[in-house]
Formats: sequence, structure tokens, C-alpha cells
Amino acid sequence: MSAHPPHGHGDHANLDHDLHSHGDTHGHGSMKGYMIGFVLSVILTAIPFWAVMTGGLGDTQTTALVIMALAFVQIVVHMIFFLHMNTKSEGGWTMMALVFTAVLVVITLSGSIWVMYHMNTNMMPDMAAQMGGGM
Amino acid sequence: MDQTLKTIFGRLSFESLPIHEPIVVGTFLGVAVGGLAVLALITKFKLWGYLWKEWFTTVDHKRIGIMYMILGIVMLLRGFADALMMRGQQAIAFGDNQGFLNSHHYDQVFTAHGVIMIFFVAMPIITGLMNYIIPLQIGARDVSFPYLNNLSFWMTAGGVVLVMASLFIGEFARTGWLAFPPLSELDFSPDVGVDYYIWALQVAGVGTTLSGINLIATIIKMRAPGMTMMKLPVFCWTSLCANVLIVASFPVLTATLVLLSLDRYVGTNFFTNNLGGNPMMYVNLIWIWGHPEVYILILPLFGVFSEVTSTFSGKRLFGYTSMVYATIVITILSYLVWLHHFFTMGSGASVNSFFGITTMVISIPTGAKIFNWLFTMYKGRIRFELPMMWTIAFMLTFTIGGMTGVLLAVPPADFVLHNSLFLIAHFHNVIIGGVLFGAFAAINYWWPKAFGFKLNEFWGKVSFWLWVIGFWVAFTPLYILGFMGVTRRLHHFEDPSLQPLFIVALFGALMIAGGIGAFLVQIGVSIWKKEELRDVTGDPWDGRTLEWATSSPPPQYNFAFTPVIHELDAWYDMKDKKAQAPVEGYRPIHMPKNTGTGVIIAALSTAAGFGMIWYMWWLAAFGLIGVIVVAIWHTFNYDRDYYIPVDEVVATENERRRLLGQGA
Repeated sequence: MSAHPPHGHGDHANLDHDLHSHGDTHGHGSMKGYMIGFVLSVILTAIPFWAVMTGGLGDTQTTALVIMALAFVQIVVHMIFFLHMNTKSEGGWTMMALVFTAVLVVITLSGSIWVMYHMNTNMMPDMAAQMGGGM
Repeated sequence: MDQTLKTIFGRLSFESLPIHEPIVVGTFLGVAVGGLAVLALITKFKLWGYLWKEWFTTVDHKRIGIMYMILGIVMLLRGFADALMMRGQQAIAFGDNQGFLNSHHYDQVFTAHGVIMIFFVAMPIITGLMNYIIPLQIGARDVSFPYLNNLSFWMTAGGVVLVMASLFIGEFARTGWLAFPPLSELDFSPDVGVDYYIWALQVAGVGTTLSGINLIATIIKMRAPGMTMMKLPVFCWTSLCANVLIVASFPVLTATLVLLSLDRYVGTNFFTNNLGGNPMMYVNLIWIWGHPEVYILILPLFGVFSEVTSTFSGKRLFGYTSMVYATIVITILSYLVWLHHFFTMGSGASVNSFFGITTMVISIPTGAKIFNWLFTMYKGRIRFELPMMWTIAFMLTFTIGGMTGVLLAVPPADFVLHNSLFLIAHFHNVIIGGVLFGAFAAINYWWPKAFGFKLNEFWGKVSFWLWVIGFWVAFTPLYILGFMGVTRRLHHFEDPSLQPLFIVALFGALMIAGGIGAFLVQIGVSIWKKEELRDVTGDPWDGRTLEWATSSPPPQYNFAFTPVIHELDAWYDMKDKKAQAPVEGYRPIHMPKNTGTGVIIAALSTAAGFGMIWYMWWLAAFGLIGVIVVAIWHTFNYDRDYYIPVDEVVATENERRRLLGQGA
């Protein structure tokens, strides 16, 4: 090891750090932030377990939708409290990457469902009828 | 005894060796003799230590880039050999003549051709170019994660090893390059072919994804001061978009292949015909990766053409901003068109028309790019050097390929042309005319940067004309045959009236073979006569971007001082303002150390893949555990960096100045 202080291992060949520190604005969270995130995650996880184990919501379809909605909220909680994402971190790149990812995931999922639904109804009318329609 | 052998060798036995295929045996002998000769020469000249220390374990983005290029060019020879065999077979297999390939072998040949050309020729070549050029263009000393870069290369090489092994040990898939189920399921492909396919792509896919992450981080985090995103060279922009596509789409491929592996290895039914499986879902998923993939291939080359057009027209690029936005639009639109690969599978009219229209919409930003290049050339002082010639050939060829693409985007037309030779001609038209011509433009353009001497012009022109004319001679007949209804992947034909067109196509393929030969001769002659072709300025083409600001080849640290950027064409701006590089005040340069970990992890992954293919479970487990152990062990290696002392930097820079004085 040389006498110079080691940089993060990604920065070996980097330029002098001070030259491009713009964008390095993300924080590392606080005890409070982690606790809020933890408690929220526990609550958001407990509700689906409760819903499934007791059948408290009655209808299975409603239960499934509630679980999916809570899962989505859970993702957002993780991103804010554990990944410390906000609209300004990394000079906005994090937010942009997130939006891009979300757009692609929406395109991919909704597109696939649309496409496969069409194919199932067009290609296998009998099977679709047997299986209760669609996929 | 039998059980022991089975535990050790899985399903590998002497019967797995294709000794009944004379062509394969002949190839094997050729490869074995050639390979042994190379190994003997390396041993004789005691090059092993040099290769290991300076190349295999290197974390220098320039050397890794060169290794990627070599890998891509070597695999081009393999992939092209497959192409010649197909053209030869189809030119003679009419009526009673069954040709020289049996159908079992022929099916492997066309599958291998597609897989190799996309994954192991085009991908290594674009990754190699991006690796070499991006850090230089943004004024950085290396990529963000130099060790990861080395690992990525060796993972790609691991995939190559598996594909090449399938030639001599066992066999390759007979399913076509995307291995559609149900054909690729265990019921219909019980042998190792599809497993070779899966594991070669999985191992190489890790490398591709990691390299994508690495290059995105490099472009976003390591730009020289003053280089805002809108002052980023176009090649870096298109590469950034290509790498975003890699990171976003390769996981889809990985997941799809994992599902297929589960079907094959543990008996799930994701894509089978029974128990609720749905093969169409595989087609859907793999094209969600597959369509962005073609943009991954072409986007970096669009960047190359932009750089070349601007340099050789002596003008700044026309419409830089529109070029950037066109690239971004293509990046997003490339996720909205995947269904056009399977219009005929049975979606309704609304789905087909949606995807048909999105497909046609993509031609708008692409067309904008073509116009930008044309307007860059307009009133420019164009120098018809080799890179520019390839660029013009690209514009002509690619535009026609694009138009046949728009034609195929019309769903009713696609119902007629789907899976026909028209489709084959179309995508070769855009991939050869775009990716390959671009690769040749790039090689001719940046070779002097990488090696300090230009490429021989005569042989370059021979290669150029043989390639361009050969391409049209080879693929125009396929357009015609496609219109006549001839489908792809056929091993034998009954109708003798089709034969003349196939013979013309074979002739075109032979011209391309000549083009590849001339390209190799061009490299050989250039190395032989490198003193005559020497360029000491580091800027042989009167370039405009930063890579031309340093020496050729660049020193290990690329730039002694981090450049400060004021304008889009940074180097042109510096020359314009007669900026002088400082001659003193050098500081020690902090650099990453070489490491063999990448080679070891990739070798273990390849072994694990081989174990999975042949059901040698001990080998698979050994490889997988080995990868984890070595990766963890590497995290405890703190001896990763060093400083290039000031004396050495001063000596290198003074030598460069001495040569510049001499060259001027």
C-alpha cells in the first residue's frame, strides 16, 4: 500500500477527486430515518400477512390487489429510507434512472400482458374458454 | 464402475465426440495444429509471462479494448466460415444433390452463425471500441471500475470458449439463434446443444452487463471538468445510450434463459406445451431483450459515423443537439417495438397495428441522423480516406436496409415476408451495412491512435470494395428469393429454378471472404511497413475530439494533465486557440494495479457452465463455489493501486515533445 490515502476502489484511475465532486450530494441517512423506514416496512409487510392468514378482506382478488399496492408502497419506502434516493442525489441522475426504469417496467409488463392476452384469445379460443378466459 | 464414470463425466462419453462428421474432424485437426503451433511459438519466444502480466491481467482500458477487438475479429472468422458453409450448401443442394452438410449439422451451423455473429463478434467489437475510446474522449485515465472491466472481458471470452468447445465436444443447438421453445425444450432437444447455448450466453451475458454498468458510470462520473453532457462527444452519447440499453435489457435475457434452464433441468413448465406452459411467452420475453439488442449494436456505430463524418468533412457535426435527442428517442422507442418480430404469432389487429406504427416511428429519428450526416458533409471539404469511404457506404447501404425494414413493419406485408429470405436480407443489410461497416470505419479511424501508425490504404480499399460489392451480390438475390417465398434455414430445395440466384449469392459470399482476407492482409502489411505509416503527431486525421490530443499510442495514464473543456469539439477548440500543454508541474499519477482475479473467476464460471452442460454436477458446484470464494478473497486484497512517479511522467512527456518537434 502506498503512503497515499486509498480512494474508494472505483476511483483508482480517477482524476483528482475535488475536480468533479459535483453530484456527490447523497447523504448516508440517520438512525431516525432508518427506524422510520424499518417500522414502515414492518407495517407494510404485516398487513399482507394478516390479510392472507385471516382472510380479513374476504374476496381473494381484493386481497391480491391490496398486496400489490402495498408492495409498491414498500418499494418507495425502501428507496427513500434505505437507498436515500431523492430528486437531487447524484445531480439528478438517480431520479432519471428511476424514471427510465419505471417507464421500461411499465412498458414491458403492460405490453406483455396485452400481447399475451391477445394471443391467448386469438390462438386458443377453446382453451381460453376452459381456463376462464385470458391468462 | 459405470456409475463412477457417470458421476465424473456426466453424460460426456466418447460418443459425444463428433468423429462421424468429416468436416468437423477436419476443422478440429486444423484448429488443433494451428493452436498447438501458436502455443509452441508463445512458449518458444517466452511470451507467456509477458502476455499474463501485460495483457491477460491488465486493467488498462486500452489493452482490454484491444483484446475485445481481437476476440471479435477471430470470432468473425469462425462465424463467417459458418456463413460460407451455408451459402455453399444452399448453392448446390437441389434435387438429388443433398449438398455436403447433413441437416443435423446444417441446423447447428446456422444457429452457431447467428449466435456467434451477434454475441461474440458484434458485441465484443462494439464493447472494445467503447472501452478504448470513451475514457480518451472524456479526458479520463481509465474506466470507473478497471478490475471489473477486466472481469467483463474474460467472462465474454468464457462464453466464446463454451461456444467453440461445442464444435468439438458434443454439438451446438439446432434451434436457430434464439432457441425458441418448444423446440429448445428437453423433449425436442434432449442433447447438449441448447445447454451449450444457454450457458455460453449466461456466462458472456454477465460480462456484457457488468461492462455496461462500468461504461455508464464512466461517462457520467468521470468526464473532464467543463465537459457538460451537451459537450460530450457524440460517440460517448450514443455509447451511453447503448449501455443504458444493455443494463436495462440483458437482465431480461438472463431471466428468460433461467426460465428455459429451469424447464430443462428441473422439469418446470414455463415454456412447454403442457401443464400451463406457454412457448409464446418465451418469444415475447426474448424479443423484449432482442429488439433493444439490435440498437445496442448500432448506436455506438452511429456515434462512429458522426465522428468520422465531422472529422473528414472538416466541419463540426450538423445538428449535434438533434443527434443527441434522436439517440435518446431511439433508446426509448427501442422498447416499444418488440412485437414486430412476431406479428404472425397471432395477436389481434390492434396489437399488430400499434407495434407496426411504433416501428415505423423509429425510422424518423434514424432518418434525422442520416440528414444530419448529409448536412455535415454539405459544403464540407470532404477527404475520402478509408473511414469516410466506409461511412458513405454505410449511408447508402443502411438506408436501403432501413427502407426494407419499414416495409416489414407493415403487418400485412410481414405476413407474406415473415421468416423468408427477404427478412434475412433485411437484417443483414442493416447489421452488415451498419454495424460491420461501422466497425471497419472505426478500426481504420482509430487504429493510428491505438498503435501509432496508419493502416495500409491500398489493401484497405481492396477490402472495402470487395466487402461492399460482395455484400450486394450476396444479399440482393436473397431479397428476390424472399419475394418468391423462399423461407429461411432450409437445407435442401426441390425447385431447380431457384438455383442460379443461390449461386450468385455464394459468389457474393466469396467476394466478402476476399474482403475479410484483404482486411487481414491490410493489418499484416501495415504492421510490416509500420515505419512508413508512422504517425508521431497523435492526430493523423486532424481530429476534433480529445482522444487526438494525446500521443499515439496514448501513455498508460492517457493524459498527464486532466484537460479542461470549453467547447464541444474540445481538441479542435484547443488547436484553434493554439493552447499549449503545460511543460512542468507534473504530479505522480494514481493508477490501478493489474490483477489475475478476472481471469480466474471467468475460468471458474466457464468450468461451472461446462459442468452444467454435461451434468457433471461436481464440476458445476466446484466452479460456482470457486467463483464466490475467489470474489470474496479478492475483496481482502488491498494492494490495488500504485503511483506512477513524476520522473516517469516527465520522461514520457518529454519524449512525446521531442517526437512532436521532429514530426512537425
